[in-house]
Amino acid sequence: METAFSALVGIFFAVAVYLLLSKHIIRILLGTAILSNAVNLLIFTAGRLTREVPPIIPNHLSVPAEMIANPLPQALVLTAIVISFSLFAFLLVLTYRAYQELGTDDTEEMRVAEPVDDGLPPMGY
Amino acid sequence: MRTLIFRTMAPYLTSLMVLFSVFVLLRGHNEPGGGFIGGLIAASAFAIYGIACGVSPVRRALYFHPMSISGFGLLIATISGALSMFGSLPFMTGLWTEASILGVTVDLSTPLVFDIGVYLVVLGSLTSIALALEEREED
Amino acid sequence: MAAAQSKSVDLSQAMILEPVPALDWLVIAPVALPLLFGAVLLMLRHRTETQPRIAIASLAILFCVDVGLLVHVWTGGPVVMTMGRWLPPFGISFVADMLGATLVATAGLVALVCGIFSVGTVNFVGRRYGFYAFMLLMLAGVNGSFLTGDIFNLYVWFEVFLIASFGLIILGSGKRQIDGATKYAILNLVATTLFLIATGYLYGIFGTLNMADVALKASQLRTSAPLVTLATLYLIAFSMKAAAFPLNFWLPASYHTPRIVVAALFAGLLTKVGVYALMRILVMLFPPEHAILSSLIVWIAIGTMLIGILGALAQSDIRRLLGFVVVSGIGFMLAGIGLGSDVGLAGSIVYAVHSMLVMTALYLMAGQIRRAGGSYVLSELAGLYRTNPMMAAIALFLVLAAAGLPPGSGLWPKVMLVQASLADGSWWLASAILVTGLLTTLALGRLFVLVFWRAGNDGDAAGRTALSVTASTQMAVLLLCVPIAVLGIWPEPVIAAAQFAASGLLEPGAYASAVFSAEVTQ
Repeated sequence: METAFSALVGIFFAVAVYLLLSKHIIRILLGTAILSNAVNLLIFTAGRLTREVPPIIPNHLSVPAEMIANPLPQALVLTAIVISFSLFAFLLVLTYRAYQELGTDDTEEMRVAEPVDDGLPPMGY
Repeated sequence: MRTLIFRTMAPYLTSLMVLFSVFVLLRGHNEPGGGFIGGLIAASAFAIYGIACGVSPVRRALYFHPMSISGFGLLIATISGALSMFGSLPFMTGLWTEASILGVTVDLSTPLVFDIGVYLVVLGSLTSIALALEEREED
Repeated sequence: MAAAQSKSVDLSQAMILEPVPALDWLVIAPVALPLLFGAVLLMLRHRTETQPRIAIASLAILFCVDVGLLVHVWTGGPVVMTMGRWLPPFGISFVADMLGATLVATAGLVALVCGIFSVGTVNFVGRRYGFYAFMLLMLAGVNGSFLTGDIFNLYVWFEVFLIASFGLIILGSGKRQIDGATKYAILNLVATTLFLIATGYLYGIFGTLNMADVALKASQLRTSAPLVTLATLYLIAFSMKAAAFPLNFWLPASYHTPRIVVAALFAGLLTKVGVYALMRILVMLFPPEHAILSSLIVWIAIGTMLIGILGALAQSDIRRLLGFVVVSGIGFMLAGIGLGSDVGLAGSIVYAVHSMLVMTALYLMAGQIRRAGGSYVLSELAGLYRTNPMMAAIALFLVLAAAGLPPGSGLWPKVMLVQASLADGSWWLASAILVTGLLTTLALGRLFVLVFWRAGNDGDAAGRTALSVTASTQMAVLLLCVPIAVLGIWPEPVIAAAQFAASGLLEPGAYASAVFSAEVTQ
């Protein structure tokens, strides 16, 4: 099952990179969203996959009774989801503001902060 | 979006969702749930209210600025971790106590306080982002 | 848990049972305190008058705590605290070794100075927006990165300071800020995601994320696991974060857009976290892989140094010029990491301390020039020496320090790096360091000559609004000059500390045994 998941992660990465290479900022944004999902799946697969054994210790025991799923990757993925979610929310607001202020979502035209014909610095004194 | 049905429904829906978010927050310690998911539900509740009735009623309903709520959450979450300093225990050690309120025994703990802090941080920051987006749409 | 304890369970297998000494709290205080104060400031956003007082007081307290931690580590070796009483590697450990403690103390000083500088420069709109709160949260993230002993936790702190820095970089919300912030945000997000990818693979290989545990297990897994691939992934991720060539283009494209005090903070703190992570992960955890990659890192270092400083020579906006100088400085630090020898790493660490101080001071100085001369553009500035002789003296001192000329602090790390590269037989690296030093002198010297010495309009020209330079901002820059001068004139303590830190990186035995001491004693 890990092999199938690895292939899936690969497809996710390919899609994400394709979108990140786009000129339009909204596609880049979607690319980062897919990229973070690819990473989450990757971490999950890296923790080895098991089926239908939730890592819950029964009430009367202090150690799990049988083999359970690895809970650490789940915690890591949860943290990564929280972080990527908040970053995505921020980026969404930022690109929306950028679209309103700059009037474009084309990265080629987003050159407001770049110097325009500044010329060379003074040559003499 | 501002149909009559939606506007009439929205306050009830919002209050139900906030109630449900508190339920999810409190059951989170031993069962699925917790501060983050509870905060998300509460933030979406306020977002729905904002879509239905506009941003300023939401701000009035929240009373405090969303970022201040976030700050308060962060404050109590950090303090709940630091309380273990007084027991010569490492940072973030869970401390437990039992209180009996009206004959019912309730487990109180610093992880619970931490979870409430997370709930408030998520609620505050996501509500402020949602309101910022909705405000933009209005003008 | 109350129920579990009543049934006799042997907790010593999983938990630390002996009480934690109060001084160990110094490890967590540089992270917990800024979070606490940042939260308070976030709640008091509307009290624009009281905010700076609280912020400066908390930054001062924080700096004292940082110095306390440094002294504690200096005298007693690495200090460890594992969260929530769990035994390492199950709990998240915070470890302050010499490297982390030195950088935390420097970061505390830089933040304190920026806090003082901001009193006169960040107006009430910026304060209301939450400048101080974001600044403290960013500091918490930076300190957390320097002190954590867990790789995934390092990623979390990276994201904490990244989110706080997003808040700072769009402060003001002008078109230029939003444009710069978009580039900064997306490229840094991709860099941290690469870091997370590498961490996912690391967890898949090792089954642990505790740095000390990884360092112990790496030697057993070396034959079977693709550790070189892993190290390369980390190299790419952190190089992007540190703005190393060829991934440096986001830095000069964004650092000139925010307010000058924000740019000063970023230049002082953020890229150095990438360099620190490279040192920690590449040098300490994967030494043989680092040896394989070292010639690549050296070439990256040379590229970064030269591209950075050549870019600086071509700029006419002071802030963009300084952005390229920051990039060039990253090259010096990478040179020491690439060499990987004791002296080379120590040189990198001294250079990191020097660069944190001097780059912040130079950005603040650019803010002063803007106030006195009304512009950031070199061709519009002239003759400030006549109106502000004191400022000119400080600027000259800083320019000399950054160029690596006495009496500033830049001389010693460069001497150490040249020494290390000659000992390694890499004469080309030594010559690249010296050529870059010469070009830095040219770039910054030209800045100084044009702005201060060139005859022309006396300070403020017609049409441009020049503000008088306030005493508090001048004092902040002067305050930063003190450690720069001390580092230049009496460098022995910092060099000794850096050598201590470098030997700790090369032989992580003390680090690992500090983390696992609780197990050993039982």
